[in-house]
Amino acid sequence: MTVASVGVGGGVITRETTLRIRRFREMGLAYLLLLPALLAFGVFTFYPFLRNFKLMLYETPPVPGLPAHYVGLHQIVPTLTSTPFTQSLVTTLIFVVLVVPLSLILGLALAVAAHRKLKGIAIYRMIFSSTVVSSVAVASVVFGTLLNPVVGLLPWLGINPSPSALENTTWALPAVAVITIWQFLGLSFIIMSAGLQSVPDELLEAAQIDGAGAWTRFWRMTVPLLSPTIYFALVVSTIYAFQSFGAVDILIGYQNAANLHANVLIYQIVNTLQMENNPGAAAIMATVLFLITLGLTLLQMRFLERRVHYAN
Amino acid sequence: MRRAGSYAALTIGAVVVLAPIYFTIVNSLLPPSQLAHQPPPLFPSSPQWHDYSLAWTSGHLARYMATSAVMTVSIVLGQLVTSTFAAYAFAFLRFPFKRTLFLLCLATLMIPFEVTFITNLDTLSSLGWFNTYEGLAVPFLATGFGIFLLRQAFLQIPKDLLEAARLDGYGHWRFMVRVAVPLARPSLAALGVFSFLAAWNQYLWPLVATGGTSPLDTVQIGLKQLVGTSAQNIPIALAGAVIAFVPLVILLLIFQKQLVRSLTAGAVK
Repeated sequence: MTVASVGVGGGVITRETTLRIRRFREMGLAYLLLLPALLAFGVFTFYPFLRNFKLMLYETPPVPGLPAHYVGLHQIVPTLTSTPFTQSLVTTLIFVVLVVPLSLILGLALAVAAHRKLKGIAIYRMIFSSTVVSSVAVASVVFGTLLNPVVGLLPWLGINPSPSALENTTWALPAVAVITIWQFLGLSFIIMSAGLQSVPDELLEAAQIDGAGAWTRFWRMTVPLLSPTIYFALVVSTIYAFQSFGAVDILIGYQNAANLHANVLIYQIVNTLQMENNPGAAAIMATVLFLITLGLTLLQMRFLERRVHYAN
Repeated sequence: MRRAGSYAALTIGAVVVLAPIYFTIVNSLLPPSQLAHQPPPLFPSSPQWHDYSLAWTSGHLARYMATSAVMTVSIVLGQLVTSTFAAYAFAFLRFPFKRTLFLLCLATLMIPFEVTFITNLDTLSSLGWFNTYEGLAVPFLATGFGIFLLRQAFLQIPKDLLEAARLDGYGHWRFMVRVAVPLARPSLAALGVFSFLAAWNQYLWPLVATGGTSPLDTVQIGLKQLVGTSAQNIPIALAGAVIAFVPLVILLLIFQKQLVRSLTAGAVK
């Protein structure tokens, strides 16, 4: 009797201890596995993010070699009201308005056209998706040549603005927008297509039997059923549009960007940092960009979050 | 009749999408005398591959491609490994602050690189990594998106499987390598293709982290140099664009499904 209870008691203690050791080892393993990712995030995402707020408080004198000095909040308002910044913000908003709706509409149109069971449809889908793999540099070389006043297509089409499209105050930004729309088209098509595939065909067929025409079916059924997808595509391409600047850097350049009203926000930040050597002002502008992206990402997170809850 | 209309619409779409690329390929094969010809030639009557070899050698495309390849492969492998590790911990292990740490990983998705690059440049100088492969790749070795994607995949694996493996004497390490990773292959492939695309095509960081004309320019920055030179070099720049585009077209042809999967993650249910 006594012997048995000691045995049982001893067993419980050992099991608890092994369990505790197991838990402890599991915890150790977990932190070990997380270490590489957390280290990289800490050094290259969170630290620079936080340091950005500190940079905003320091002003770098225009004379090279002198150290930055603390100015508190005093350079924030002058930076945000400076002409280069306000101009680049307006330019970026115009750019986003030019790029986003058109790339969504064209992507949706192609997706609807390709949403049919036809022979060879896979090839068309491949073609419509293809621009998603184009980099901004490839797109810039391709369109830079198309828009070239001598070897390009414009003279043949009878449109030849002077100065040429990429050196023209009116046409420089729309030209960059066209390049970006072409580049975004593949992504827009892919997202819209995936959305269309989740719309039940029976619904559309039922509507067709009830006598609804193609136009009515599109506006009354496809678009409402697709609205979560369109919303996602809208948020994603708006974020991308706010962050794009490569075509301006390659085809227009630092010297001309501001004069040609093509000085998008990122380009302004890069040049404030690298050409004007002014990290404080660059940090302030970057914070504005962060707030814009944050707002947009929070909208997107609502979807992501739904997926997380769904998975749990 | 309706079918013919569908094909007509699809073909018009395909021509519009492909025309810029087609025009680029044709122009890259034209002899200089025909380049400014109006109307632009639709076919290269006598294709010249001269500009391709020029782009490859004196245009430094060979070097640009090599740099891009090393950087891209490092980033893809790094992201696959760090995401697998972190996602495994979040999916299979119990530990304090799990939820907080996961939210922290998701929070990285809200901080654009365009905001952090200012300080990352300083970090790069203090590490002595300016103009090095480490500098090009290390800032991208972890990704919140990848951790999220792989965690989702790992959560699909039944917990019973872990218990069964346990009874067979599998530790966590062996379970991860032998069971979890093979089962999550579709998601790993999707992440790999997505990282490849993002790394190969990135522009901002290679531009600022190598300081322009450097021996470590990636192919994207290399194309910028080729455009910037002179009008005579246009065919060389076009040939360069075609060369830089080829690896990605191959990627798309082989991994279209995975690419679509990763790009629409979060879009559809």
